[in-house]
Amino acid sequence: MEYKNVLTTCIYCGCGCGLYLQVLDGQVVGTLPVKGHPISEGKLCIKGWNAHDFVHHPDRLSTPLIRDRKGGSLRPASWDEALDLVANRLNQVRAEHGPDATGFLASAKCTNEENYLLQKLARGVIGTNNVDHCARL
Amino acid sequence: MTMDDRLAALQSAVKQLLDGGQVAGVLALRATGPASVPHLFRPGDDVADLVLWPKYNVPKVIDRLLDAWSGGEGDDAPTRLGMVVRGCEERGLIEMAKRNQVDLDRLELIYLACTEEERDECRCAWPYPTRIDVGQKVEGVADQLVAEHEKLSEAERTEFWQQQFARCIKCYACRTVCPQCFCEVCVLEDDLWVESGVLAPPFPSYHLIRAYHTVSKCVGCMECERACPADIPLTVLYTLLRRDAEEMFEYVPGRSVDEPPPLVVETMWQEH
Repeated sequence: MEYKNVLTTCIYCGCGCGLYLQVLDGQVVGTLPVKGHPISEGKLCIKGWNAHDFVHHPDRLSTPLIRDRKGGSLRPASWDEALDLVANRLNQVRAEHGPDATGFLASAKCTNEENYLLQKLARGVIGTNNVDHCARL
Repeated sequence: MTMDDRLAALQSAVKQLLDGGQVAGVLALRATGPASVPHLFRPGDDVADLVLWPKYNVPKVIDRLLDAWSGGEGDDAPTRLGMVVRGCEERGLIEMAKRNQVDLDRLELIYLACTEEERDECRCAWPYPTRIDVGQKVEGVADQLVAEHEKLSEAERTEFWQQQFARCIKCYACRTVCPQCFCEVCVLEDDLWVESGVLAPPFPSYHLIRAYHTVSKCVGCMECERACPADIPLTVLYTLLRRDAEEMFEYVPGRSVDEPPPLVVETMWQEH
């Protein structure tokens, strides 16, 4: 019989609203707003109110997935295999079609530091200015 | 009684209940992060960081805990829990009990009276429970926003609510925090009444459906208004409905657990 409210930050957008994950006997069961929070002031939007939902969701990804050919199905893969595939294909596209044939999508779910690294990869390593945000999807 | 005395008295009362062997835990507020959070104190716990404000929708939390820990295996009695309640929280529990959402026999309540400051924060007309274990009773106040609103003509009121609800971002917080909202399938999530993916929600149907559902249930705890990101003065609407329902049915939500809700009584009457 364990109940606790774990203070955390909403993972959805760049606002960074505070919320409590209600944890009952080890399972995340709900969300409470953080009253007195300097940003969110005890309020949440619809995404914040449902931010707890994905944690135990059966559809949540737990392993990298690779599609071996176009139109094929996704199969589980290791992180090494997945990252090797991405690195090789990026290099291949860059070599065959030039750096501007690639694009990079940053995200408000990432930290500023992670987004900085991404654009550094795009501009410094690949050599393209094609950097935008996942909201474009 | 100073604020510190009141807090100390509450902490003492909670400690006593915890150590009394009657309950598995006591739900109250604990200091954490910027202010406070609902917390289940267990027997043996230190209560030094128990606090009073800002308040949360604790009736909804206790509902969840009672459901999760029904116990009662074989001949064992079901788990009992303690809880600190203000006037609105006690009244909220009473209305929930009438609709079979909580079993009041499983709760040991510590009754807390609100201070003048807390009453003014909530514009509250009834800032005390049926009995007082901690704190001193202060008289309620008339809601100034409601008084201002009553001076408006019908056309002005319609325009007022149209403007207010135009800011609604359909976060459903008003519904989610309400202790009286317990439907597993909510009508406001039905595409028939509220089209999915459209903002602002339909005026006036979304808001009137919600307001209608508060009749004979809303105890004025203010959690909906506190949770609204658009600062819509929801309780002005719900307070006026509550007053109308009292005039029509002589019913006051939370006044007594023995009073059946008027809509139930009316239906039964019509069947005979």
